[in-house]
Amino acid sequence: MTKPIQVDDASFEAKVLKSKTPVLVDFWAPWCRPCLMAAPVLEELATEYNNRITFAKLDVDQNAQTAAKYSIMAIPNLIIFKEGKPVSQIVGFKPKEELKKDLDAVLK
Amino acid sequence: MTAKKEYDVIIIGGGPAGLSAGIYTSRSRLDTLLIERGVVGGRITDAELVENYPGFADGISGAELGQLMQRQAAKYGLNIVTAEATGLELKKDKKVVKTTQGDFTAKAVIIASGSERGKLGVPGEVEVTGKGVSYCATCDGPLFRGKTVAVVGGGNAAISEALYLAKFASKVIVIHRRDQLRATRVLEEKARAEAKIEFLWDTVVEKIEGEKALDQLSLRQVKTGQKSSLDVAGVFIAVGLKPSTDFLKGVLPMDEGGYIITNERMETEIAGIFAAGDIRRNSPRQAITAAGDGATAAVNAEIFLES
Repeated sequence: MTKPIQVDDASFEAKVLKSKTPVLVDFWAPWCRPCLMAAPVLEELATEYNNRITFAKLDVDQNAQTAAKYSIMAIPNLIIFKEGKPVSQIVGFKPKEELKKDLDAVLK
Repeated sequence: MTAKKEYDVIIIGGGPAGLSAGIYTSRSRLDTLLIERGVVGGRITDAELVENYPGFADGISGAELGQLMQRQAAKYGLNIVTAEATGLELKKDKKVVKTTQGDFTAKAVIIASGSERGKLGVPGEVEVTGKGVSYCATCDGPLFRGKTVAVVGGGNAAISEALYLAKFASKVIVIHRRDQLRATRVLEEKARAEAKIEFLWDTVVEKIEGEKALDQLSLRQVKTGQKSSLDVAGVFIAVGLKPSTDFLKGVLPMDEGGYIITNERMETEIAGIFAAGDIRRNSPRQAITAAGDGATAAVNAEIFLES
């Protein structure tokens, strides 16, 4: 079982932008019910995509700087970073199968 | 993932109508599958506070109400799958519900797929959605702390959203195409007493501009024809609802608005297919009426299965 890692404003560059593997960042907040519903799905995917994609969570309430940098104005908001650049973005609650399509597209 | 493909009853939609139906059919020990594409609880989960659902004298958050209904249904063994219904096929003695997770069959189907937020249909709306254009204040509102936002609409949904947004935003501008609100008096009084809320009457949004993020709204005063622009960080669109019945086109009779026609037993023209909640023609589209419809549909589905 691989759990998503926690990232914040301070660690974002080191853990996400400089990561060697692609990183999916889940921009979320505790008051967002769809985010809470998406969390267990992302945990399952973190295990399934272990070593291929790193899963990370960033609380937008606590880390306004990073949220503003990527213009997060709707959550759940998943951005996949590859070599420091956002390559894919998924806004809103999506079923697991749809998320997998996006993840597989990034790995191609 | 749900491996089982055959059920006694399939319910399409997990809002108050679908969950109430599920509570009833599951308690009757009918093997039931509920198909929901998004958040279980339905559109009510977007409501910050539900003050008109009997039994909750102090009001209850829509999210909590949805969770309670889900828990109650789960207690009796309701199966829930996350999938979107894409079609409905009628076989001799069963119905096939086509979904993004494959086909499921049942003898009886209760359609409770509800309604979704209407769109303005103006340039830029689709492109800026998720970048400042939102259809749910309780989902995205807190992201606009200290900023100026607009709400488009004048009904209960619009005014509830404006009141909720006033907790976070520095200013909330309600843009309404008429010169008076459709919202109930209680809400209107609350909104007029809220210093952060301003009204732009007789005004429509003609265009939403922004690339990386929402930049401004192009407005037109409908009486004078005068055009103007408004700088806001977010715009919340609450201009009515449209039924989620696209997947049923050509299968089931609907009215010109896409709503399903039923009798008082929630039966459609096709035996074994029922409809409940916002999806029905002339539904008042309240959580309580949806729940009532769901129970009625479930009771009659059970009678249908026994016959």
